[in-house]
Amino acid sequence: MNKPQWNKEFRPPSGWDEMFFGASNGVGILPTVNSGFRTFHPEFDREKCVKCMLCWVYCPEGCIDKSADRLEIDMDYCKGCGICANECPRNCIAMVKDGE
Amino acid sequence: MSRKAFLSANEAAAHGVRLSRPDVVSAYPITPQTTLVEKIADFLADGEADYRYMMVESEHSAMASALGASMMGARTFTASSSQGLLYMCEMLSYVSGARHPVVMVDANRSTATPWNIYGDQRDAFSMRDSGWIMLFVESGQEALDTVIQAYRIAEDPEIMTPVMVNLDGFTLTHTYDMVEIPDQETVDRYLPAFRTDNKMSLSAPKTLCQTVGPDFHTEGRYLQQAVFEKAKQVIAGADAEYGRIIGRSYGGMTEEYRCGDAETALVAAGSVAGTARVVVDELRRQGKKVGLIKLRSYRPFPKEYFAGLRDRFAALGVIDRSISFGFEGTIYSEVKACMYGGTKTALGNFIVGLGGRDIPKTQIAQMYDKLARMAAGEPEKEIQFLGMRWE
Amino acid sequence: MAVNYKDLSDQELLYGAKMCQGCGAAVAVRLALKILGEKTCAAYPACCFAATTSVYPQSALFVNNAVTAFPALASTASGMAVAAEALGWDEDVTILAIGGDGGTVDIGIQALSGAAERNDNILYLCYDNEAYMNTGVQRSGSTPYGASTTTTPAGPCSIGEKNTFRKNLFDIITAHRVPYAATASVSYPRDLMEKIARAKDVRGCRVIHVSAPCPTGWGFDPAKTIEIGRMAVECGLWYLAEYENDQIKLNYVPKVLKPVGEYIRSQKRFKHLKDEEVARISEIRDEEWERLMKRYAE
Repeated sequence: MNKPQWNKEFRPPSGWDEMFFGASNGVGILPTVNSGFRTFHPEFDREKCVKCMLCWVYCPEGCIDKSADRLEIDMDYCKGCGICANECPRNCIAMVKDGE
Repeated sequence: MSRKAFLSANEAAAHGVRLSRPDVVSAYPITPQTTLVEKIADFLADGEADYRYMMVESEHSAMASALGASMMGARTFTASSSQGLLYMCEMLSYVSGARHPVVMVDANRSTATPWNIYGDQRDAFSMRDSGWIMLFVESGQEALDTVIQAYRIAEDPEIMTPVMVNLDGFTLTHTYDMVEIPDQETVDRYLPAFRTDNKMSLSAPKTLCQTVGPDFHTEGRYLQQAVFEKAKQVIAGADAEYGRIIGRSYGGMTEEYRCGDAETALVAAGSVAGTARVVVDELRRQGKKVGLIKLRSYRPFPKEYFAGLRDRFAALGVIDRSISFGFEGTIYSEVKACMYGGTKTALGNFIVGLGGRDIPKTQIAQMYDKLARMAAGEPEKEIQFLGMRWE
Repeated sequence: MAVNYKDLSDQELLYGAKMCQGCGAAVAVRLALKILGEKTCAAYPACCFAATTSVYPQSALFVNNAVTAFPALASTASGMAVAAEALGWDEDVTILAIGGDGGTVDIGIQALSGAAERNDNILYLCYDNEAYMNTGVQRSGSTPYGASTTTTPAGPCSIGEKNTFRKNLFDIITAHRVPYAATASVSYPRDLMEKIARAKDVRGCRVIHVSAPCPTGWGFDPAKTIEIGRMAVECGLWYLAEYENDQIKLNYVPKVLKPVGEYIRSQKRFKHLKDEEVARISEIRDEEWERLMKRYAE
């Protein structure tokens, strides 16, 4: 999957020598995941999906991955908003309750 | 080769800006700062400078665009005064907290209401906690020299904090004096090109001015305080180095004038220090043991210096061109706080020169008289407005 | 530039941010960065976007970015653009200003007007969610007639927002005769991205005003963000337009505007409105389209 990764190993500064300067930071630092936003998650019907890419375009999180043959979802950052399912012109995305 | 010219302090400060080779200048006009920003435009029109000059639509935008420019790694200048400074106040703390070494001139002027375009120092002191280094100058020459020093201080890798250079409105900004203008090569030896990692970059992108919650906020503020402590040496060092390379220096954070054997002394910031020097000379000729302490740096405040004065004089007075209503003169509060723990010195505060009212030599002589009475234990009010129309 | 979804970069330059589910603003910025790429220096004021992307230690943007003060977005970006030129930055770099409606049409309008007048080289993207969402849905100069917000609450003596016309950013900006301006919607991503692409190729002050529905503030299921944005355009409560060379082009003129009722009834912020008030909104819509047609239709 070609998506930015959760910085699992991120540790905040542990001493003055590691303290940030002024109010500056690097870019693209993701110390936490967003899966906690989610109650439902999208599941593709692979048979029906024609990779029209609309879900990929509309996803506010950008968490649908198109780098492989089939579209896949980065479950660390999917918030389960359901836009993909709502916009899919072929109704091939179902919102399924997490854990089911 | 340096050259001499007959300049107002605003024009002198503009030469200081030109010689500091800023990349971006951003400003909005306000009396009495205008002749400074006009001179900065003249330099461009005459081909004597090559900075980008942003004529923005407000002081708020002047400081915001200075922040934006500094975030890209530009050496940046702006100037304002009074209501304009108050209007840009919001941006002052953005610039300082994010550690962008912008330099600005504040042409000190009173704040409304009553509306008043003339000089006092209420505007600058209302920015006390903005996180800016605040320097005050006595003359046009010192304005030019201090602007250049300000870049050296602000951009010191251990400081990286903005500096406000304060010139008294009209008394300095619009009065002319002979000023020596150093040559560019000499200034270049004193002030190296601006380099910083605290900027945006395509090779090492950054998030700047980010939000920091309670978890790390206190540590950031602690470091800002540590920077101001460190700045005390850096201000002194920048002034001394200026003396070595360019030939003038001003005592760093404070300058004593004829204080050696003085029994009474006045503390003064800005142009009034120049008047007080003359009065000290006159009183000395009459055999009075009086001295003057010029306060050059208000933030950081020279706490150790004033603590060291504790019992040195029989009486010490502070001239304030600003008062914190419900308390006392602004500089006086600080001086007095430094004496905490007890002093045998009698302390007095003189509130003068508000809204551009002249501070004549006679008034300063009167202050020394009052200090002599305090020293002798005679009754004097601690905080006095002098020169009022009615007693 | 024609945008083909399949050719768009799969590099995400906004990722892992903490916006609410279904945030329209996130769609707008994500798609803009798809076109602008890594050579972007972004600024944004204290707003939803700041609060969700860059609270230390998180940094959800993958390009240079900075927070600035609420009234200071355009002026900060102006300073960045002028400095970029002074310091000889790569000419391909886009100085991108990202602001909400409050930060743009209210507190930020002065700085934006200044930047537009000076024609500073910035791309200003306003994501319009029609109220101060970050602080808890207070009305702004962009809040539509009849919307209940926390400062225009509906009640026995209140229909919600009572001003008839929202501040029209597109009109304000085109009056400055900037080199490029547009309105867009997150529900029309190809149109949005083509406008970003066009703006990227223009030098000077470019302003794109994007309708960005807000599930939290408007009161709808987050799955419906795109659908509701589309309804707004189809019923004529938002329009897609472009301005260049002193010419205005409407990019989408429905043959018949759909009734406003379905759009209005889809959101909690309008649920208090009686039928006659919905009819009033329809009249306001008609007046606005009449004006648009007079001014801009060929």
